[in-house]
Amino acid sequence: MQGTTERVPIRTPQDVVLVRQRARTLAAGQGLSLVDQTKVVTAASELARNTLEHGKGGEVLLETVENGVRRGIRLTFEDQGPGIPDVAAALRDGFTTGTGMGLGLPGARRLMNEFSIESTPGKGTRVVVARWK
Amino acid sequence: MDRIPILKMGPHLLVTIQVDMHDQLAMTLQDDLTARIEKEKARGVLLDISALEVVDSFIGRLIGNIALTSRILDAETVVVGMQPAVAITLVELGLSLQGVRTALNVERGMKILAERVEADGRSRRRPEVRGAGND
Repeated sequence: MQGTTERVPIRTPQDVVLVRQRARTLAAGQGLSLVDQTKVVTAASELARNTLEHGKGGEVLLETVENGVRRGIRLTFEDQGPGIPDVAAALRDGFTTGTGMGLGLPGARRLMNEFSIESTPGKGTRVVVARWK
Repeated sequence: MDRIPILKMGPHLLVTIQVDMHDQLAMTLQDDLTARIEKEKARGVLLDISALEVVDSFIGRLIGNIALTSRILDAETVVVGMQPAVAITLVELGLSLQGVRTALNVERGMKILAERVEADGRSRRRPEVRGAGND
């Protein structure tokens, strides 16, 4: 089966809604259960908002992935924003730079099967998450 | 600009969220609702989220803020109709919606609000009775 790859820019709050919708369609197409779809979409929403607000905008790459008979969805969020000086701290529940509750990164990590983050101060941040059926 | 409609039902306000809200729309709802509670002297707010397929930390925080603000304005908020998949996800996300009254559906939510109005009526009558007894 041919995999699906899609790029969505994240520049406005409406783009965050679009990312949610595209993640839902892809996750459903891969046969994820309703609960798992909801987890993927919720994580996508948290990460897209981070890209918009902390990364000053960027984009997400949405992909269907396969590993033998397992099917899933992978999301790569990238921005060229200020970066995260202390990634370990940002991954702790309740760590916030101001407005939010600090659940975005740690919450998204709990909702997905795979999670990785690279951030360079002054260069930007890249978060890759995946969820398998 | 888009707005979520707020309906008046007797002493209560009914909000049914039927669209996937972007953050600004959610903030506008909070402002509009607070203004309407004051204007209508509402006793209760029924927030129907049965059509919401996602509640992330932003919307979750908004729901908490609406409940808190309405309570300070002496109106009780009941959140009804949360989808099971959304509830499971919220807990895993780390959001407990502490202090937010919930009910399974609109009917049960209305019952909670109606009981509150009834209880208020009783407690308002009681002092008069006591006063009469002291005379």
